[in-house]
Amino acid sequence: MKYLNVLILGVVFGIILTKAQIISWFRIFEMFRFDSFHMYGVIGSAVVLGAIFVFLSKKLGWKSTAGQSLLVNTYAAGWKKYLLGGTLFGLGWAMTGACPGPLFMLVGKGHLMILVAIAAALLGTFVYGVVSKKLPR
Amino acid sequence: MMVELIQQPWPWYVAGPLIALVMALLLLFGRRFGVSSNFETLCAIGGAGKVSDYFKIDWKKNIWSLVFVAGAIIGGFIGGNLLMPNQEVDIADDTVVVLESYGFVEPGKEFLPSEVFSAEEITWKGWLMLILGGFLVGFGSRYAGGCTSGHAISGLSNLQLPSLIAVIGFFIGGLTVTWLIFPILF
Repeated sequence: MKYLNVLILGVVFGIILTKAQIISWFRIFEMFRFDSFHMYGVIGSAVVLGAIFVFLSKKLGWKSTAGQSLLVNTYAAGWKKYLLGGTLFGLGWAMTGACPGPLFMLVGKGHLMILVAIAAALLGTFVYGVVSKKLPR
Repeated sequence: MMVELIQQPWPWYVAGPLIALVMALLLLFGRRFGVSSNFETLCAIGGAGKVSDYFKIDWKKNIWSLVFVAGAIIGGFIGGNLLMPNQEVDIADDTVVVLESYGFVEPGKEFLPSEVFSAEEITWKGWLMLILGGFLVGFGSRYAGGCTSGHAISGLSNLQLPSLIAVIGFFIGGLTVTWLIFPILF
């Protein structure tokens, strides 16, 4: 099974976000109201440790198990598509109370109505693909 | 003792470092950290390439990412059912007060507000939040080129200015819904 390592990481990722209640609509609402440190602590500590890992990996030339450079996310310069796309995403995030990872984890937890949101997200992705060339970027 | 610790909700200082560890291991396995691109892959598998060139991608090279998502679904099942005897979400008192003023009964008793998301009790507001919210999550994440995992965790870890701009956008959108739209809707 070629992808077993990725499957296990996915399971672990799902357990972490579920056990820390990050997939709860209430936690996202609470975050956007600035009523609790929980979500900021999760994202903040992940970013700080992630940044240390990325820094060290570059400094020390760490390679993947296949001997390649690590595929850390890089993005082309610009701001319009990031700001506009990000804002639209944020509107959706606060409504569903879940970003893409948690949407799938909620289904696994048994909240089947979330399948409606996933179907809508697929539609949103499809519509984006159709109109993408006409959007400011 | 150990079992009790696992069954408790995990605090931020456990979850955050573990998320960073998942990202680090994915990178060391030669993969990338990002969930929303799977929507694009699923559209491509479903034949969206017939309608738009945008979806004419070699989706077979993204199968690993769908496997990651399949794992996340299994993780949601394990974490949410087998390791979670107590379903309460311990949200802040201030948050509870606001939600009660919106007419939510016992906010935080379960992971999702049943007023909005249960099949039996769902109202037009719930349908709006699921359908419009889901649509915007899909549309916006592709437009911005990533979601929380790609931009907020992975992109910021790599000190990408575009990711910081995207995360500012996430908050412009989220604060607009939470502070302007919800008070009108509820």
